[in-house]
Amino acid sequence: MKNLIEVQNIKKNYGKKEAVRGISFNVEENEILGLLGPNGSGKTTTIGMLLGLLKPTSGQIFINNLKLEENRIEILEMINFISPYIELPKKLTVKQNLYVYSKLYKVQNIEERIEYLSEKLRIGELLNSITGELSSGQKNRVSLAKALVNEPKVLLLDEPTASLDPEVGDFVRTFLEDYKKEKKISILLASHNMNEVTRLCKSVLMMKNGEIIDQGKPEDLITKHGRTNLEEVFLKLSRSKSEFN
Amino acid sequence: MSLTRIYGLFLRHFYLITRSFPRILDLVYWPSIQITLWGFISNFFATHTTYYNNAVGVILTCAILYDFLFRTSIGFNMLFLEEIWSRNFTNLFIAPMRIGEILTSLVITALIRSLIGLVPAILLTSPLFGISILDLGIFLFFLFLSLYIFGITLGILVSSGLLRFGPSFENIAWSTMFLLAPFGCIYYPIETLPEIFQKIAYVLPLVYIFEEARNILINQTVNIENVYYAFMLNVFYFSLSIALFYYSFNAAKNKGTLINMGE
Repeated sequence: MKNLIEVQNIKKNYGKKEAVRGISFNVEENEILGLLGPNGSGKTTTIGMLLGLLKPTSGQIFINNLKLEENRIEILEMINFISPYIELPKKLTVKQNLYVYSKLYKVQNIEERIEYLSEKLRIGELLNSITGELSSGQKNRVSLAKALVNEPKVLLLDEPTASLDPEVGDFVRTFLEDYKKEKKISILLASHNMNEVTRLCKSVLMMKNGEIIDQGKPEDLITKHGRTNLEEVFLKLSRSKSEFN
Repeated sequence: MSLTRIYGLFLRHFYLITRSFPRILDLVYWPSIQITLWGFISNFFATHTTYYNNAVGVILTCAILYDFLFRTSIGFNMLFLEEIWSRNFTNLFIAPMRIGEILTSLVITALIRSLIGLVPAILLTSPLFGISILDLGIFLFFLFLSLYIFGITLGILVSSGLLRFGPSFENIAWSTMFLLAPFGCIYYPIETLPEIFQKIAYVLPLVYIFEEARNILINQTVNIENVYYAFMLNVFYFSLSIALFYYSFNAAKNKGTLINMGE
C-alpha cells in the first residue's frame, strides 16, 4: 500500500518548550490512523504541522510523496481538515459557504459536488439556512461537507464527533467508514473517544509529552497492556511516568 | 450587590488588559491623539482665520478624502478581522491559497466597500452644501488612487500585526488612522505642525495629498511634485507592507498563531 502521509522525525519547539519531540509515522492509502494522547501531548501541534500552519523546527513531512515545505499549495489542494474549534462564516448560508470553499479549492462542477455531498451528509434541506443558526450536529455535517468539497486524498480530523449526540456521532462515524472505503482516502483521526477510535482505526499512535509512547492495532495494544479496552490502555499510558514528566 | 463578584468581573478585564501590550497602548494613545489633532486644528484656525475665505468646501473636500482613506484602511482590516471573529481563520489558511491571492482578493473587496461608501457622500455634498469634490478635476483620480494605496498599505500592516500577535492587535486596527491623522495635515497646512512633527509628516504620503487638494481648491493650480512624491512614497510603503506581511506569515507559522487565533 502507498503511504499518503509520511512524517519523518518532526520536532516543534516553542522557545525552550518542546511540543513535539521527533516523531515519525506513516498513513497508508485507505487507512484511518488514530492519534491519541492526553491534552497537551502534541496532537494538535502535529496536525498543525501537517496542514502547513506550523513550521516544524526540524524533520520532514511528505503528503502523496510531495515534500510539504516545497509544495504547500499542491498539497493543500489534496488535503482537508475538520475540527470543532473552527467554524464556517456564520452569516452565510450553507450553500454560500460550500460554494465559496469550492471556489477556493478550484472545484469543477460545483453544483454537482454540493448536490452529492448534500445527499450523502443529509444536508439538502439546510442548504439555504444561515450557518450560524444550525444545531451542533447540523454544523458538524456542514463542516464535514466543506472538508470533502475538494475530494481530499488525505483528511485530518480533530475530534470530529466532540459535542455530538450519540445518533449524529454514529452517523458521522458510519459516513467516514463508507467514504474511506469508497474513495480510498487516508484519514488521521485525533480523538478522545476510545470507542470511536477502536471502531474506525486500523492502528493508533499514543502520544504523550510530544512523543509517541506506543503504537499498533487497537486490539494488539489492549492485549499487550493486559487491559479490556482501549480506554484502559489510554489511562494506563497517560498516567505512567515518562522521563519528561 | 456583591463586591466580590464585582471585583471578579473587574479582574477578568484587568487581567486581559495587563497581559496585552497593544491593549495598554490603546488606552494611552487615544486621548493623546485626539488632543494633539484638535489642538493643531484649533491653533491653525486661531491664527489663520482668513485662510479658507476664497475656497468654500476645502474642509468638506478634505473630510471626504480622509473618510475614503479611513474606510479603505478599516475596510481591509475588517475583512481580516471577520475571519478571526467567525473562527474561520484556520479554514482560510488551510485552503490552497497563495498569500498574494489572499491579499489581492482583500484589496479588491476593500475597494468596492470604500466606493459603496464614497459615492453617496460625494452625491450628497452638492445638493446639501453646494460643493462638488469634482472641482478637483482630473487630479482627483490621482489623489484618490494615492489615498487608496496608502489605506490598503495601512490595512496590510495592521493585518501583519494580527497575524503575528493575534487578535489583541485588533485595537491597533481601529486606531491607526487616528494615530496618523495629526501628521497627515488633513485640515491644516504642514506649517502648523512643530518642526519635529513636520519631519515625520514629510515621510508620509498623506501630507502631499492633502496639501495638493488644498492647493488645487485655494490657488487653482496644480503642483505635480506633490502627486509624484505621494505616489513614490506609496510605492515604498506598499512594498514594505507586503514584505512585512510575508514575514509575519512565516513568523506566525513558527509561533503557532495561525492555529491559536483566540483571545
